[in-house]
Amino acid sequence: MTVDVGAAYPTRVRQALADDALRAALDRATEHLRGRRAQALAGVDATRLRDEAHAVRRYAIEHLPDLLEQLEGNLIANGCQVHWARDAAEALGVVLEIAHQNHVKDVVKSKSMVTEEIGLNDALQRSGIDVVETDLGEFIIQLAGEPPSHIITPVIHKRLEDISEIFQTKLDTPPTDQPAELCDTARRALRSEFLIADMGISGCNFAIAETGTICIVTNEGNGRMVTSLPRVYVAIAGIEKVVRSVEDAVLLWQAASRNATGQDVSVYFSMSSGPRRRGDSDGPDEMHVILIDNGRSRILERRYGDATLCIRCGACINICPVYREIGGHAYGRTPYSGPIGAVITPLLEYDIRPARDLPFASSLCGACRDVCPVKIDLPRLLLDLRSDIVERRAAPIAERVGMRVYSTALRRPAPYRALARLARRLGRLAALLPPLKRWARTREPPRFAAKSFATLWRERGRRPGEGAAE
Amino acid sequence: MTDISTPRPRAALFVTCMVDTLYPGVGMAAAQLLQRHGADVVFPDRQTCCGQPAFNAGYRNDARAVARHLIDVFWPLVDGGDVDAVVAPSGSCVAMVKRHYPILFEAAHDIEYQRRAVQLGEVTYELTQYLVDYLGVADAGARCPGRLAYHPCCHLLRELHIDAQPRRLLSSLKDAEIAELPNADECCGFGGLFALKNADISTAMGRRKVRNVNHSGADMVVLNDVSCMTHLNGILRREGHSCRAVHIAEVLNGTVEHATAERDSPDDR
Ligand code: SF4
Repeated sequence: MTVDVGAAYPTRVRQALADDALRAALDRATEHLRGRRAQALAGVDATRLRDEAHAVRRYAIEHLPDLLEQLEGNLIANGCQVHWARDAAEALGVVLEIAHQNHVKDVVKSKSMVTEEIGLNDALQRSGIDVVETDLGEFIIQLAGEPPSHIITPVIHKRLEDISEIFQTKLDTPPTDQPAELCDTARRALRSEFLIADMGISGCNFAIAETGTICIVTNEGNGRMVTSLPRVYVAIAGIEKVVRSVEDAVLLWQAASRNATGQDVSVYFSMSSGPRRRGDSDGPDEMHVILIDNGRSRILERRYGDATLCIRCGACINICPVYREIGGHAYGRTPYSGPIGAVITPLLEYDIRPARDLPFASSLCGACRDVCPVKIDLPRLLLDLRSDIVERRAAPIAERVGMRVYSTALRRPAPYRALARLARRLGRLAALLPPLKRWARTREPPRFAAKSFATLWRERGRRPGEGAAE
Repeated sequence: MTDISTPRPRAALFVTCMVDTLYPGVGMAAAQLLQRHGADVVFPDRQTCCGQPAFNAGYRNDARAVARHLIDVFWPLVDGGDVDAVVAPSGSCVAMVKRHYPILFEAAHDIEYQRRAVQLGEVTYELTQYLVDYLGVADAGARCPGRLAYHPCCHLLRELHIDAQPRRLLSSLKDAEIAELPNADECCGFGGLFALKNADISTAMGRRKVRNVNHSGADMVVLNDVSCMTHLNGILRREGHSCRAVHIAEVLNGTVEHATAERDSPDDR
């Protein structure tokens, strides 16, 4: 791994920018996903899909307490055991307790960002439980010992040749440039894992309140095995994942699929409504649902509620020109990268400081807002976060002083003109000042004009025949 | 063309701080364009900046102080009927006034300035938007020999949804060939304080834009914000490319050769 997710932000960015293979992989993948998304949306009334998806999510968030209560009731009626977790530690405690009670030794997982968010794999392994990721991308990065770098395509930062190399060293396979061969290898390795696993763990894309159903969206069929083969199935869902009805879930499934991978709908849509009932040919003996907050109600209470509308499609990440240069690992230990990651990572943390660089890692170009299928105004949220960080005095002191000088001088014309004169006199020397030095390292600095526009305009007005109105 | 019997529209020119101090030629070109196409130009000389540098960096109190000043300078002209519009040669600064001022004053519960900001925002235009939508200009009436690529700046495109107007004016130029810019609507990487705080990412994005510009074969990349122009020219010059980023006002005004000569004048004064 060339980017050390545990390093400080400037180091991570430097490492990422120095990695040409990373950028080649990102370029290819994001171009491809952007293209597929555009194609998938060209065939439908995209505006309407967006309006409806937004409305469905808005409804869910506005009725969150009621829907969660209804969800819990229906899950229990379906024979599920429901657990509430305030934070990561509580959720991990619940999972370990369930594993302990059921003498679990082997866990299979389907791709889930919330389990990355709470560090589940580490916790299980520390307790001596074996965990295997069964999504192909997740399987690869688990072999490589890396965290995911994208919420939809976790292995987006690797090229085919990188993956072949990982398989050679970890699985002892011959080198290949055939994706199908790599898939076959993974499939064979995973098949036996499914058969020995005692427990399956998944995240949750949508939790349907009216029916008490956990839905997961996958493309490889591994999700279905995780939820039905092992004795115990545990689904972990952020509390914001609840939706009202099957219809709402299906609508969001379409919106997510088209925007994430450019499919009409994903290949699989697995709905689990409880453990195996008498007469069922398969299914787990026990099904647990862990509803986790971990900062979500804090997001809702503050002015960032719109961030909880997110359906984790990744479209904002694929379009993001910053993500495209640095990739997901530059965002740090968080599984959430790109614009949505820059918004929710600092909010999910109790202390904003460790992730305070992320809201500034954006040129505010607005491309993310235009693609978001649930109309989250991501640049606005980034701007609000920036002001929050500044108000908590968490910004560098030199910057704070600089801004004070700026606003004191530019709120009146005379000091503004004086400052401009000073800059003009400094000329090229200005480029030696610390903030401008950062500019000048890679870019020629601009030159101040000999005469300002205001001066030129005044002089021009004095010349006869050129009537300036003021 | 405006009829003699109806008074000419009067536009207050907000040149923006960067144009005022770094690129007065762009301001002159904007003023001349407005006058030539039928508007009287008023230049309130107490103007400074829109406050965007502080706002985008999260310093809302500092941004508000500067924004109040801009409102104090321009709002009375609008409210008193002295001008019909405020025009700026920058999509970014116009977006600041139109889209962010109301947020800025709402957050501070400053109802009076919020009201003025909304009123001001309603008559604030980006230059090409004003020329096309307000003055009805279809032909810039200028000549610009060369191969041009158009880069739509993010705030113009996505905050203000202005795209057809500048493209239409550019296509009216005589002797100009418009080159197709690959991934035209991808950000150039400037982003205000981002260009300093995240200088390396900003540069990487700029280099990507430069590669695309070179790929288009253009000898000028035309855009509407001098901030993005400064960033791109910084890279183009540092890396020894002959292509230059040029502000659309100078292109439409036919004063671009002069501008290029000035920009590339032999080193220091
Ligand atoms: S913020 Fe919007 S675009 Fe980004 S992942 Fe969430 S739903 Fe998708």
